[in-house]
Amino acid sequence: MTLLWIPLLTLLGMLVPMLSAHRGRRFCSLATAVPPALALLLVLAQWPALAAGEALRFSLEWLPALGLELAFRLDGLSLLFNLLILGIGLLILLYAHYYLSPEEPYGRFYAYLILFMASMVGIVMADNLILLWLYWELTSISSFLLIGFWSHQSDARKGARMALTVTGAGGLALLAGLLLLGDMVGSHSMDQVLASGDIIVADPRYPLMLVLVLLGAFTKSAQFPFQFWLPHAMAAPTPVSAYLHSATMVKAGIFLMARLHPAIADSALWSVTVSLVGVATLLYGAWFALLKTDLKGILAFSTVSHLGLITMLLGIGSPMAVLAALFHILNHATFKAALFMSAGIVDHETGTRELGRLGGLRRAMPVTALLTTLAAAAMAGVPLLNGFLSKEMFFTETLATPVLGGLSWLLPALATLGGILSVAYSLRLVHAVFFKPAQEPPPKAPHEPPRLMRAPVELLVVICVAVGLVPVLAEGLLAPATQAALGEPLDFHLAIWHGINLPLIMSLIALVAGAAAYWRHADLRRFARSFHPIDARLVFESAVQRLANAAEAGLAWFDGASLQRYMTWLLLATLIAGALGLAEMTGLTGEKGNQPLDGILLLGAGLLLFGGLGTAITHRYRLISLLLLSVVGLVVSLTFARFSAPDLALTQLSVEVVTMILLMLALFFLPQKTPPESSHRRSLRDIVLSGTLGLVVASLNYAVLTRDNAPISGFFIDNSVPGGGGHNVVNVILVDFRGFDTLGEITVLALAGLAIFKLLNRLRLYMPHSDGEGRVWSPDRYPAILTSISMALLPLALLVSAFIFLRGHNLPGGGFIAGLITAVALILLYMARGVEWAQQRLDFPYQPVAVAGVGIATLTGLGSWLFGYPFLASAFGHFHLPLAGDFELATAMLFDLGVYLAVVGATLMILANLGKVTTPHRPAKEPVESFTDTTTRPSKENT
Amino acid sequence: MESLYAITTGVLTACGLYLTLRGRTFPVVVGLTLLSYAVNLFLFSMGGLTTDGATIVNGGGEYADPLPQALVLTAIVIGFAMTAFVVILAMRARSEAGNDHVDGRSHDDEERS
Repeated sequence: MTLLWIPLLTLLGMLVPMLSAHRGRRFCSLATAVPPALALLLVLAQWPALAAGEALRFSLEWLPALGLELAFRLDGLSLLFNLLILGIGLLILLYAHYYLSPEEPYGRFYAYLILFMASMVGIVMADNLILLWLYWELTSISSFLLIGFWSHQSDARKGARMALTVTGAGGLALLAGLLLLGDMVGSHSMDQVLASGDIIVADPRYPLMLVLVLLGAFTKSAQFPFQFWLPHAMAAPTPVSAYLHSATMVKAGIFLMARLHPAIADSALWSVTVSLVGVATLLYGAWFALLKTDLKGILAFSTVSHLGLITMLLGIGSPMAVLAALFHILNHATFKAALFMSAGIVDHETGTRELGRLGGLRRAMPVTALLTTLAAAAMAGVPLLNGFLSKEMFFTETLATPVLGGLSWLLPALATLGGILSVAYSLRLVHAVFFKPAQEPPPKAPHEPPRLMRAPVELLVVICVAVGLVPVLAEGLLAPATQAALGEPLDFHLAIWHGINLPLIMSLIALVAGAAAYWRHADLRRFARSFHPIDARLVFESAVQRLANAAEAGLAWFDGASLQRYMTWLLLATLIAGALGLAEMTGLTGEKGNQPLDGILLLGAGLLLFGGLGTAITHRYRLISLLLLSVVGLVVSLTFARFSAPDLALTQLSVEVVTMILLMLALFFLPQKTPPESSHRRSLRDIVLSGTLGLVVASLNYAVLTRDNAPISGFFIDNSVPGGGGHNVVNVILVDFRGFDTLGEITVLALAGLAIFKLLNRLRLYMPHSDGEGRVWSPDRYPAILTSISMALLPLALLVSAFIFLRGHNLPGGGFIAGLITAVALILLYMARGVEWAQQRLDFPYQPVAVAGVGIATLTGLGSWLFGYPFLASAFGHFHLPLAGDFELATAMLFDLGVYLAVVGATLMILANLGKVTTPHRPAKEPVESFTDTTTRPSKENT
Repeated sequence: MESLYAITTGVLTACGLYLTLRGRTFPVVVGLTLLSYAVNLFLFSMGGLTTDGATIVNGGGEYADPLPQALVLTAIVIGFAMTAFVVILAMRARSEAGNDHVDGRSHDDEERS
């Protein structure tokens, strides 16, 4: 449980600054430091147990189906990194308290910082590959927030974006790599992965997995060729740079390589790739560190260089090399954090970070000068400081490694070159800032920073010196860490003096030649200037821009904001999918033959074809097209009747009526004719496309019809009477077996009605005074015969609909059909007598009717819960009424009532509201539409 | 009979789709209605074509498959609701955009683009 508290405390610690920011800065800083400090104490408390080389574990199941568990481990490696992350993190907090100006949103800053800290702790403690990746992504995001903290600066925004893009892309590669790794091992648990090195290396997917994982590690740790984001991330506030780029973020990639070392490092591919990338990064970073003139820029490139050094050691991969790598991680974190904070102090006190404008600060800030000099000397590898020890181990390993075969001598040579450059830039950093006389006075008069702002630097420098003088101090930390990274204990002893040997000579060469290089570095700079430097940010931004443009162009080509084009794409896709499916069939005609034809079928099919084709051909003459459409609708309802579906026939018939009334009404407000606008080619293309799709549909339909299907309907037929209490199976399915579907559908119906009601709200329409041919509408508005018939018909129709409704459970009929009949009868009244007349007599809104319908149906369903049955279970029983005789009542009837009301309400809501638009107060009248001018303009003429 | 039925469904589908590819709202609405007839016929036929089949349980005779019927029944009603919505949307679009092109563009825009 203690283990869970370490990551949990830090994560919860993120809330502290947000909750305490209003209590003042001092309080907020102090409160923020509490959770990480507690976590640090918890980590330290586990140290004795870990010294024996054990790994502590905690795990909780999270998503077992995905192989994800909330599993944490604490071993030597996690311990080392946890101490760095939490320890340096606390120092950074103290430093940031002084660094940020009072008006900056420090609460937010601390929250981001702690979030970042928590995600780093998560990475180093994760005992599950996927959990590790989750935390990995969290560091990318929180570092994005931190780098872009000064979001008003364009540099900060761009730097943050670049860092996120590079590390985020690497994160995706890492995810793929880790999933592959988990697949090879058969588990995502870290233990199993670490124990399965042989299986992993022997797997044929090993090279792919390795490349993906390394992509993740290299992007995060700014290894060549992904180093370019790190210098631009320096746009962050200095505490962030000090934290992210010394101890944490960029060490995540290194950590990953060290963590997975026992599992994936045992191959030539690993050694060659990782050590070559490492040495390239080492030299690249060192060279540019020497050329930069910005204090933080120098530190950024030197970080890149040192990361390369560590990577190279991990690539060499011998036990001593891994030890050297871990030792250098520790040393680099201490001296680099100290240097970054010193740079921040200089920037803070003088107002500039440009080497050209600084100089002679030794007098104004002697303590800072001393501290910085010591830290820089550690970075350069001066004896008696910690950097010297690990660098010497590094030289020893480059001499010993056989990684490059006959070319292995290259590595020590290049390492020495890296050492020379490192000495040169360290010297330059210190000399130019503190010792060289200033060219001009700095923007602000410099003086020593507040005592406590310098305290973190002091502490770190003390560590540098202490470890440099008494290296045994680090052994207690390094022994368990090395054991964790190697998978086995390593017997070693750190010492300052190994006698006069080749590594010592390399160190001396580096020191002497480095000093010489700095002395002549003006020449070096002149030499470098003859190459045109590439600004990574420009390249990156233009690449992003190009990508965005390409995406936009692609989208415009594909999308184009044209419904016709969407439809074409959609239909083409359907066509391909359908045709492919048909092509796979063995034959079109199945085992069942054709049933015989008769004259009536032929006539019906002929009418359907005539109506369908006619609708399409005459589509420019909208009224005629609509009339032909109604022919199709009518014949479709006859088709249903012919093939034993009386319910469908009744429904189709009544829907047909309301659809036609609706379309007629709508057509009244729309142009009467469609102008010819498609080119012949376009029309031909559409004909071919839709014709081919028609063929596919026909083939498919034929294929199904001539095959024996195994319907599941037997269940419904058998259970309709005993289970649902009704003889009309279709109705029982609707209100009982599949009642939930029906409930959904009447809800959609009611929603459509409400949506239409809103769409018609304040709709401004231009009413034509004549038809498409220019004939004025008949003045005889309400024909007398229709008027009187409709009145007489209304009660009759209502009676019929009640009858249809009541018998629905046992004979063709039901709520849908009854509702449509009622709606049609009422609409007939509207048509015969006009909206105003009907409105006066039917003065109630239809919205509540529809809503009540849905409500009744839902409540009926819920009611069965009261009796302990599942939603929508129905009950029924037989009753006897005097006079009426025996009859059966089912709760399904109540549900059907809901359906009935919903249909009536929705249909009338749609049609009556649309009809209302025709009532007086017409906005204006519209000119007769011609073929060339179809746009509607406010009226020019008054009729 | 099956082949004739399939041909009819195919032709109605083709006509409906052709209309949905037109550039003005009203033909598209008509096309959608036509298409929904075709789709309903298609779905309905998934249970096989039964002549003089029983739909009421009375203990005898060959039953017409009730399941596709129930599905198509709701499909018809929903189809109506959607047609209504789309046609009102078309009216609204015409009122707002001043023309009845499906993309809300006037004829002139079309030529220019």
